[in-house]
Amino acid sequence: MLDTLIDIVAGTFMIVGCLMSLAAGIGMLRFPDLLSRLHAATKPQVLGLFLLLAALGLELRSWAVLPVLVLAWLLQLLTAPVSAHMVGRAGYRTRHLKRETLVADELAAVVEAAEQREEHEIGRDRPRDRTDFID
Amino acid sequence: MSREQRLADAKDESGQRQRSTLRQEIPLLVGMMLVWGALWQDFAIGNLVFGLLISLLLVRVFRLPPIILSGRFNIWRAVVFIGAFLRDVTRASFEVMYLAVFRGPRTTSAVITVTLRTESDLLVTFVGHVLTLVPGSYVVEVDRRSSTLYLHVLNVNDQAGVEKARASVLLIEERLIRMMGTAEELAALNAEKTEPSKEHGAPS
Repeated sequence: MLDTLIDIVAGTFMIVGCLMSLAAGIGMLRFPDLLSRLHAATKPQVLGLFLLLAALGLELRSWAVLPVLVLAWLLQLLTAPVSAHMVGRAGYRTRHLKRETLVADELAAVVEAAEQREEHEIGRDRPRDRTDFID
Repeated sequence: MSREQRLADAKDESGQRQRSTLRQEIPLLVGMMLVWGALWQDFAIGNLVFGLLISLLLVRVFRLPPIILSGRFNIWRAVVFIGAFLRDVTRASFEVMYLAVFRGPRTTSAVITVTLRTESDLLVTFVGHVLTLVPGSYVVEVDRRSSTLYLHVLNVNDQAGVEKARASVLLIEERLIRMMGTAEELAALNAEKTEPSKEHGAPS
């Protein structure tokens, strides 16, 4: 009885976990620009992997694998935000975004102020050795 | 390391950094030792001691900037925080799924500024990590000197949505300060709660 119950819970976890990966794929296809696609690419796996690992833990029923499963999830938690940040930052700086999908951009004013300060300090004629004008 | 030292470190652009003492590294060493045990699936004393020796060697060879803990940790608040985190992640995952399927290309988003109350590197990193793990927002840029995060938030449709997103980030920070912030940060937070007229988080 208990075994069947655990099997049902584990099976549900696995299906929902896989649905999260499906959602990531759909999001990659359907969201309008790089910055919003990143949400789909990095985030649903946090819950998806958690559910799959939990299902694995429930099915294996061994205390020895539990620390490994926790470790796998924690490493994912540590690395996913870093990659999202790096890609998002590079995407914003190289202007791989659609302005019309942003209802507010509070970073733009900060970037503009920094650019003006830089131009003021270095002078206008200096060639820009930057790659952030690839529109 | 004191707050002054930290600020001096943040402003120092020569590349030299404060080094951590063995005492500051204890949490890191214990964590690495447990990772070693988990990888071998063996928590016997001998294996753990060997893992500790390897951890010591690693932190000696590959120097890290010091992580400054506040010296405070509230276990009950940690449980509250983890519960709220799992709830947020679950709800937001389904929201992003719904958006992907039903709104797709018409989804709008925003880049917003949030100035955090804390001045600790660890807390700023932690807030950034947690809000990035909750689907719907991630950190685009960080200003370390003013503890300011610039976030990309999905599904923001108007100015009210921007304020709502800002408030949710400050709520994450509040939970983290209650869990592991310094005593001063906690006192400031409580003072702010009893005197709600003071605005926080808006761009200056």
